[in-house]
Amino acid sequence: MSHPPLLPRRAGAGFKPQHFSLIAQEPQPLGFFEIHAENYMGTGGQPHAELQHIRTHYALSIHGVGLSIGAPHPLDQDHLARLKHLCQRYEPHAVSEHLAWSSHGGVFFNDLLPLPYTEETLGIVAAHIDELQTVLRRQILIENPATYIRFAQSAIPEAEFIGEVVQRTGCALLLDINNIHVSAINHGTDPLTDILRFPLDRAQEIHLAGHAESHDGTSPLLIDSHGAAVADPVFALYERVIEEAGPIPTLIEWDNDVPEWPRLLEEALAAQAILDNHQEQCAISATAA
Amino acid sequence: MFAPVQNDFAEALFDPERAVPEDILACHAEAAGKRFAVYRNNVIVSLLDALAARFKVTQQIAGDAFFKAMARMFIAAHPPTSPLMMFYGEAFPDFISTFAPAAEIPYLADIARLEAARTRAYHAADAAPLDPAALQSVTPDDLPYLHFHLHPSLEIVSSAYPVVTIWAMHEGLIPLGPITDWHGEDALVVRPHLDVDIRRLPPGAAAFLQRLSEGKSLAEAAECAAANHQDFDLAIHLAGLFSTGLVTALSIAASEDMPK
Repeated sequence: MSHPPLLPRRAGAGFKPQHFSLIAQEPQPLGFFEIHAENYMGTGGQPHAELQHIRTHYALSIHGVGLSIGAPHPLDQDHLARLKHLCQRYEPHAVSEHLAWSSHGGVFFNDLLPLPYTEETLGIVAAHIDELQTVLRRQILIENPATYIRFAQSAIPEAEFIGEVVQRTGCALLLDINNIHVSAINHGTDPLTDILRFPLDRAQEIHLAGHAESHDGTSPLLIDSHGAAVADPVFALYERVIEEAGPIPTLIEWDNDVPEWPRLLEEALAAQAILDNHQEQCAISATAA
Repeated sequence: MFAPVQNDFAEALFDPERAVPEDILACHAEAAGKRFAVYRNNVIVSLLDALAARFKVTQQIAGDAFFKAMARMFIAAHPPTSPLMMFYGEAFPDFISTFAPAAEIPYLADIARLEAARTRAYHAADAAPLDPAALQSVTPDDLPYLHFHLHPSLEIVSSAYPVVTIWAMHEGLIPLGPITDWHGEDALVVRPHLDVDIRRLPPGAAAFLQRLSEGKSLAEAAECAAANHQDFDLAIHLAGLFSTGLVTALSIAASEDMPK
């Protein structure tokens, strides 16, 4: 398994075509951009012209949302081939997918759906990640999901499940801190306790995004909407993770109600400030020692 | 076992009447239904959004509420089978043409056909249009045997309604107003560079382009077009081929050994 150059340990942003002309106007103070793989699985045209420009000037993360790694049935070989082709074409610095399923019985649901955490699903997920890494001939990153329900049959805590997947397959972790916060609130657990159980030393990328606040009649219900600024408690968790694990490439995801480019950039720079602050603190303590 | 639970989960996603699958828990038992509804909502909203993004003018013409109701029925009958959401809705135009409540807007299905073609052209393979100067290297003797390789993004949408005019009005390309000259139009859809070009073809051009794209020679295509349209002017159509960036290569051959 090869290890191509990694993403820089800086802040990045999810690339949106409506921002392209502003992004292309001048160098942006960001370490990388991320795209959803499926949006670039057409043959040619504007999407590839823009992605080529992005790839020429920045590090690139390709984030798959459609492979359905968590489903019990075999991976879609056509889709796997498309992903391989995309990776060969752009040689990204990171390739990631989700701990979730999105296809069943030939239907694609276009959502990241949850799975129970059991010995059985551990075997399924690990085999699918092995297959993906073998086909792509590289290490991939797996992202923890935001969930609204749990399964009675789940026997393994999520962080442990992912820790075991990472151990068995040698894949890395894409730590979505908003997802951890959303899931923790939805399931009545403590986000900080949960997050510290994840294999943070294997995190090669962090996702930060906004969520929506709702209520299910009994308790608060957070929705992973990617449609708002990163919430304060999520930024606080992020600071704690960076303190714990050191600087990690950090992406701001904003996929719905997408703001103008300067606003998205500002959000990414807020993450960059936390990374910079950590570096300064380390430098100060090194000098003091 | 996960498989039976996943099966229940998947079936309940598209069926709001169906009970929340067993095995699903919320942190409070009574909240499981509301929690599961988040997934139901995410799925349907994301698919409605995908159709609305691809069929923007269709939605404008139908109105939001009508479009949404029609799209929901389409999703139930034709859920996506591929993760490439930009191409979701290939069967939507045909669905609209058989959707009885849409019969009041007889051109709606053809507008959807035009928008579906537009997305395919947007994502089609790249190819550089040929400079018309290339024609100068063709000798008069070879002219009848000339074959045009047309752009991979090319599509023609023929309609009994003025679809290009209606589409352009809703896109804000021409002023919205009554269409006095109500007749069928053939739409040319092509993406010679990065932008998709949609324009109304002059009479005879659709048949001419159709023959050329089937690999017929210039002489055969022109003959066929002239047979159907008395005023077919080859010089004008030849110029149009190049001005729209439709030609990507030339070759000279008798039709039976037409190069691929």
